[in-house]
Amino acid sequence: MTELDHIGAALDVQSTAAAPPVPESRSRVARLAWKILPPVVFFVLFVAFLYLVSYVLLSPERQFLLPPPHEVVQNGLFDWPNLHEQLIALKDTTKVSLIGLLIAFVIGTALAILMSQAEWIERSLYPYAVIVQVTPILAIVPLIALWFGYDVQARVVVCVLISIFPIITNTLFGLLTVDKNLHDLFTLQGAGRLTRLWRLQLPHAIPDIFVGLRVSAGLSVIGAIVGEFFFRQGTPGLGRLLDVYRARLESDLLMSTLLFCCLLGIAVFLAVGVVGNRLTRKWFEQGERA
Amino acid sequence: MSGTFAREQPSGRPEQGEQVIAFRSAGKVFPDGTEAVRDVSFTLRRGEFLSVVGPSGCGKSTLLRMASGLGPHTSGEVEAEAANIGFVFQDATLLPWRTVRKNVELLAELDGASKAERQRIAADAIRLVGLEGFEGHYPKALSGGMRMRTSVARALTMKPPLFLLDEPFGALDEITRGTLNEELQRLFVSERFAAIFITHSISEAVFLSTRVLVMSQRPGRIVESFDVPFGYPRSPELRFDPEFGRLSGEVSQALKAGYE
Repeated sequence: MTELDHIGAALDVQSTAAAPPVPESRSRVARLAWKILPPVVFFVLFVAFLYLVSYVLLSPERQFLLPPPHEVVQNGLFDWPNLHEQLIALKDTTKVSLIGLLIAFVIGTALAILMSQAEWIERSLYPYAVIVQVTPILAIVPLIALWFGYDVQARVVVCVLISIFPIITNTLFGLLTVDKNLHDLFTLQGAGRLTRLWRLQLPHAIPDIFVGLRVSAGLSVIGAIVGEFFFRQGTPGLGRLLDVYRARLESDLLMSTLLFCCLLGIAVFLAVGVVGNRLTRKWFEQGERA
Repeated sequence: MSGTFAREQPSGRPEQGEQVIAFRSAGKVFPDGTEAVRDVSFTLRRGEFLSVVGPSGCGKSTLLRMASGLGPHTSGEVEAEAANIGFVFQDATLLPWRTVRKNVELLAELDGASKAERQRIAADAIRLVGLEGFEGHYPKALSGGMRMRTSVARALTMKPPLFLLDEPFGALDEITRGTLNEELQRLFVSERFAAIFITHSISEAVFLSTRVLVMSQRPGRIVESFDVPFGYPRSPELRFDPEFGRLSGEVSQALKAGYE
């Protein structure tokens, strides 16, 4: 009960200070605590809830539906053969999703540049970009399997298809929203299309490109896992492991693999964000642009 | 620098040189049928500083776009002789991903100047506007006034015979605005360019110009033209001179008449 009291007290402190932003005068430690404490408190509550369900609400013979968290950690993360299997899968999935993201970035940026050059190109291509976006990826997976087989390349194709749209739209937005006066400045100096693209539009679009990449990074990881899950063949990635553990009713391993899926998604998302911030931090006021 | 002669006659006004632009009954009707500017005529020579005042939306900015060729006239004639034009926008219009030095180098770079050449040009221009020491700063780290100086420096690099300034100091506070007015005047005297300066401020117009044009409401026409008799350089105290006050009053009267 003391632990709960403690959490309650912590929550109380948070809520009274919630309205105004943290004043500058507070120490670094206090600000860091302010950032970290709320999600930590939530995590503790969530884990407590899992134990509650696992031990109290589920009868012992049905406990396999939701194994207690320490078993997930023990069997999934501290049992070497199991961990090894998952790490290999993690490596494989990481590879597929990064290759997919890179290809989506190259093709997506190229398409956006093409579309920015003439309205008729934009109007010819954009509807199909939307169609790729709205078609459920699961609906195309069988077709992709038919065309590209079941191995790495097929999974990469899934990643590209699922993650290309945010890159196209955000890049296009960045290319087309350059200040009119800046365009006038380039016009007065007789700048051509390529100069304008290279020295004005593309640098201007960099923050938007990173917004798109960040969304796409998460999607690409999903694409890799979904692809593996449904192909059920080829080198084993996280998606394939999920399917295997599900079939064996090994819910502890299922959950630890799920943890790896989340971690991979978060890692890629954060990595892209950090690179983007580093690149554009000098250019924009905080919050002025994404 | 081209304006050595100005220092030889510090209390006079810059000698007037060749004609840089002439409007002859020039007008502009937009494709949607709006008539923005009607029957505007004036000529401008090097060493002349022309301010244009008028009500909001009277077509002052359209006039500048006609002069620069960015938004060509639809009737009459605009004869532009200037090989290049220094355009200073309402905002500083800098590239946020470039440092002050790289921003100032931009026009020379677009013109294909060599690296050494554009570094020399940029260093000169930065010195002229007093931004030494800030070459490595990004626009984000500068105050509004310093951004505007960078913008002026950029326009200076091409040594344009004609400067077009579209309410460049409108967004700045009064003190900064006053300082920049004096600096612009100093540049005008030393570089002896021709300038068309759009502004809302009568005192700014009279303080800077050799001539002030007053425009009417849309469609913008020139309702009155005032010659400003004061020599250069002008000290800030000129604003308290009775003659200055009288002239400003006349411009103000003409401006009010233009509203009717």
